[in-house]
Amino acid sequence: MAEKMTLIVFSGDMDKALAAFNLAIGGASIGMEVSMFFTFWGLNVIKKNEGPLKSKGIMRKMLNFLNRGGAKRLGLSKFHMFGMGKWMFGKLMKEAKSPSPQELMTIAHQAGVKFIACTNSMGTMGIGKDAFVPEVDTYGGVATYLADAKDGRINLFI
Amino acid sequence: MKADATLDCVGLYCPMPIHQTANKLKELKTGQVLEVLASDEGIKADAPAWCKATGNEFVGMEEKGGEIKVYIKKTK
Repeated sequence: MAEKMTLIVFSGDMDKALAAFNLAIGGASIGMEVSMFFTFWGLNVIKKNEGPLKSKGIMRKMLNFLNRGGAKRLGLSKFHMFGMGKWMFGKLMKEAKSPSPQELMTIAHQAGVKFIACTNSMGTMGIGKDAFVPEVDTYGGVATYLADAKDGRINLFI
Repeated sequence: MKADATLDCVGLYCPMPIHQTANKLKELKTGQVLEVLASDEGIKADAPAWCKATGNEFVGMEEKGGEIKVYIKKTK
């Protein structure tokens, strides 16, 4: 049986998402069984790059208006500067032929990395499965993560 | 060095060279050697490390004018 690697993606920052996907793809390349558990702000990484999310109640509506998410919309954890830093970073990455978060997500998915979305965060934030990219394999909670992490040789929180 | 197949990863950064190496090696038969061309310095440490982690054989490395060639023998 292949060795397991698990990643908790808690952050919705673009730079951290890049690190997480790089690790996941690397793990898959050495033959590990990799799963990524997206929770809290990390859910933004696997949201569709579409318009406003449907949710009920004024607070959730406000939250989901401000926190639209989608791999394309992730901000930098440093030097974001209202999007200017992110724009410059995107240009540099293109110049260096470095894959974007969306491209890395596709590569990770094709390499067999499993994506899990946290249903607790989804419930709190009032978003449904329709908000997420089709690459998500499982919608689950802490037990789903722990069942993998218990046998994990590498378990990381990002 | 002689190789059975070549993979061009020039201009690509981590983790793409090892990701593509892993995919390419699947097409090779056991005992065959893959040549990987790269420009990212990281490959010098990553290729032997990848071999160690996967149980394949790191055969060697050549470097000429910024282009790095690594050779990996499929043993798994």
